Amino acid sequence: MLACLRAFALSLLLVAFAGPCLAGPFEDAVAKLANDDFSDTEEAIGTIASSGNPLAYPIIGALKDERLFADGETKKVFIKQDDGKVIDAATGAAIDSLPDSASAVSLNNRLRRTVDAALGGLTLLSPDLATRLAAAQSVFKSHEEAVLPTVEGALAKETNRTAKTALGEARAAILLFKSDASEVDKLEAVATIKARGDQEAMAMLSDVGGDQPVAVAKAAAAGVASIQSTLAIWSTVQNAWYGLSLGSVLLLAAIGLAITFGVMGVINMAHGEMVMLGAYTTFVVQEVIRTRYPGMFDYSLVIAVPLAFLVSGAVGILIERSIIRFLYGRPLETLLATWGLSLVLQQAVRTLFGPTNREVGNPSWMSGAFELGHMTITYNRLWILCFTLAVFVILLAMLRFTSLGLQMRAVTQNRRMAASMGIATSRVDALTFGLGSGIAGIAGVALSQIDNVSPNLGQSYIIDSFMVVVFGGVGNLWGTLVGAFTLGIANKFLEPVAGAVLGKIAILVLIILFIQKRPRGLFALKGRAVEA
Amino acid sequence: MVLAIPLTQAAVGPFRSVQRLRQGDDNLMLTSINHDIATSFSRRRWLAAAAGLVLGLTGFTGAKAADDTIKVGVLHSLSGTMAISETTLKDTILFLIDEQNKKGGVLGKKLEAVVVDPASNWPLFAEKARELITKDKVAVVFGCWTSVSRKSVLPVFKELNSILFYPVQYEGEESERNVFYTGAAPNQQAIPAVDYLMKEEKVKRWVLAGTDYVYPRTTNKILEAYLKSKGVAQDDIMINYTPFGHSDWQTIVADIKKFGSAGKKTAVVSTINGDANVPFYKELGNQGIKATDIPVVAFSVGEEELAGLDTKPLVGHLAAWNYFESIKTPANEKFIKEWQAYTKNPKRTTNDPMEAHVIGFNMWVKAVEKVKSTDPDKVIDALPGTEAPNLTGGVSKMLPNHHITKPVFIGEIKADGQFNVVYKTKDLVPGDAWSKELDGSKDLIGDWVGKKCGNYNVKTNKCLGSGS
Repeated sequence: MLACLRAFALSLLLVAFAGPCLAGPFEDAVAKLANDDFSDTEEAIGTIASSGNPLAYPIIGALKDERLFADGETKKVFIKQDDGKVIDAATGAAIDSLPDSASAVSLNNRLRRTVDAALGGLTLLSPDLATRLAAAQSVFKSHEEAVLPTVEGALAKETNRTAKTALGEARAAILLFKSDASEVDKLEAVATIKARGDQEAMAMLSDVGGDQPVAVAKAAAAGVASIQSTLAIWSTVQNAWYGLSLGSVLLLAAIGLAITFGVMGVINMAHGEMVMLGAYTTFVVQEVIRTRYPGMFDYSLVIAVPLAFLVSGAVGILIERSIIRFLYGRPLETLLATWGLSLVLQQAVRTLFGPTNREVGNPSWMSGAFELGHMTITYNRLWILCFTLAVFVILLAMLRFTSLGLQMRAVTQNRRMAASMGIATSRVDALTFGLGSGIAGIAGVALSQIDNVSPNLGQSYIIDSFMVVVFGGVGNLWGTLVGAFTLGIANKFLEPVAGAVLGKIAILVLIILFIQKRPRGLFALKGRAVEA
Repeated sequence: MVLAIPLTQAAVGPFRSVQRLRQGDDNLMLTSINHDIATSFSRRRWLAAAAGLVLGLTGFTGAKAADDTIKVGVLHSLSGTMAISETTLKDTILFLIDEQNKKGGVLGKKLEAVVVDPASNWPLFAEKARELITKDKVAVVFGCWTSVSRKSVLPVFKELNSILFYPVQYEGEESERNVFYTGAAPNQQAIPAVDYLMKEEKVKRWVLAGTDYVYPRTTNKILEAYLKSKGVAQDDIMINYTPFGHSDWQTIVADIKKFGSAGKKTAVVSTINGDANVPFYKELGNQGIKATDIPVVAFSVGEEELAGLDTKPLVGHLAAWNYFESIKTPANEKFIKEWQAYTKNPKRTTNDPMEAHVIGFNMWVKAVEKVKSTDPDKVIDALPGTEAPNLTGGVSKMLPNHHITKPVFIGEIKADGQFNVVYKTKDLVPGDAWSKELDGSKDLIGDWVGKKCGNYNVKTNKCLGSGS
């Protein structure tokens, strides 16, 4: 494969010093694309990229995006441009429409690498910064010798700092593997690549073979070792990040339960279904937006959050008024009744929406990731963490500063005294249950972004929620926070060592042992009534 | 069902009076107990008589209905983690029965589908299988997806001597008299996929990622043995298992990235099943793992599973199957058109297990018409040697080990969720029930025609018996 790349890369020299090219080879190469054979396409890409013809970049760009169509019979090739217009690939002339017999020229992974390398060579001097950076990256990966003059030319002209570093690294990659580069140049190249310090740099330095001078091989090995130790530290930080994001998911799911369990002592097995209802609300909101107002898709979550709160909250109050109210002081019956209720809710949703998963899309601001040092942070997890902390702070503020919060805290600490002080405890119970369920609904909105939306969504979170609440201490929000993040981080540090399945088992065992020592959890509420 | 309400009321009656005992006023208690028991008993007798009469009538009419149709059982999960994959297979059998009934049914009788939902719950598969065979008296069952569901129902089919057509690719190491495997064995899917990656992509490091149950565990054992036989070092193989429905893939995908940056070309062989695939592929897309860097070849991801995903970041990742919807043959185009008309959805996809059901169903119909009976023993003996056309232009044959011949295709995901075929075998590959890579099975063959044994050892010339 590398031999193939080098073969056409030598002729990429012509790109920078583009002279007039023969009409014949270019047209022949374009016609070869119509054969829809992988080896023919590979040769064609090579000839087209090195031809210097201004249509070369549009053709190869279209091939990458599956916008290049070929007619096997007439051997004509067409480009479908972004604006929908069709042009003939060999001449650039506009065509009315794509003939029916034309089909897209197919690629496989090997060809995609060839295409990327070719595009890299063609776009090093592009006016757009992002394209130049992408080109520099692909040259770094493919490190073909023939592009070196272009890279050095681009480096001389470059003004942007990031692009200059990227081009410098690309140049270093080429020099390292160039057979006739001097040892001094190669040692400099190793240093540049080592300074880059990420996994790709490490892969490249590991690739330095025995055919290199001894000093270079030694420097490369030292570079690999130092990058490895840096990456090891970063990987610990990365694991902590994963733990935080898992903890934020656990916290979101459990916080509603902490409130209902704490204030009312009600074991609500239907809590997971409140989460599920929130996720389905998001789905419905997105469906409405998809069909009626497609431009508003990015705001779908913002709309879904208050709606999910209201839907789940209303269902929660309904449950409390109709079922839970009659079962106070009878934990076993509450457990059974809410368990039965969870089955009813699951089946209701299954009947309404069908048993298969529903697609909830990520808005554009939640897709993708960015690099922080040598750590990858995905946007969806970042937003969920921020969202969880915001919900937590709002809830704390509500409990501390509003009258409902005051009443809730009073009822938690000593129900009879609170009733004697004139607090309508049954109204507080209903509103608390509604609040806890509403928070669960909001959690459902967040969880719909990272998990499948199906009637069984609640089942995967109910056990975790109870674990967090029991571990952190009942009725105490701070306990839930610390409990959730501790469990998340512990789980994520165990996972690389023990695997996902054993990691979860180990966490459960640890919690059981912890409960033996401290039955009330981490942050237990103290008070005469509570301990009664 | 209608009987349930009066019966429970009759049953609860005496207990209600016991409850009043607890709350009680003594005088009230005695009279109320007597009154309740007295009325509930005579009420009970009346109800019992009515129930008996109604049951008798339904039993009578029920028996009459059975003679008119041939019942076909459908045992696929319609809810739970596997519903994403199995629901469409239930619809496929209903479609095939509809088409067959339009042609006049089988042996002059109409076919009737009996659909049950085992809900991705493996023990429930066995219960529902038993219900289908003993209560509904089905002549054949088309069902199961995960190997654990198949292993759960095996004892039921052996005990009650019925027929199961299993349409999904699996790990092999099995050849049962009552089961016909129309899905791929490892030598018809896993091994060719690994060969393709070794040759075309020059892969040197391997990640074997699967869901934690028998199919991925056995397939990975076979693949590990195969890779080692091709000279791959132990350090270049990373094996990883996750539970069903696993949704937090951050750590594992980061580990794959790390494993893949040791300088050698790395690929992932994925035996992840069910809806855990959705967050897995999403995380691959989010962390920027492109198919040109670390390709992922999946054995349980087809057009149906991709339908719920944004496939643009996944372009170039691979799947190995014996059928793709994008293969252009007259038989396939006809099937897709009729299927989309039946489901009234012009965007409905087709996939490999559906094709397996098509082949299996047609083979069953042929065998039944050959022996002019739906008796399981006769049909089981008639099936090996039966031929039925597949949808990619070939003809599949049922082999003595109850597997069929299938072509192998490797496809790359396109941005529209379809597959682009990048490799195909010239001829149909016969399925090996027992893998030649493992020491425990390389001398075994399944042969239900000659040797009447599912695990016959050709070296010692002995049948190992029902230990299969």
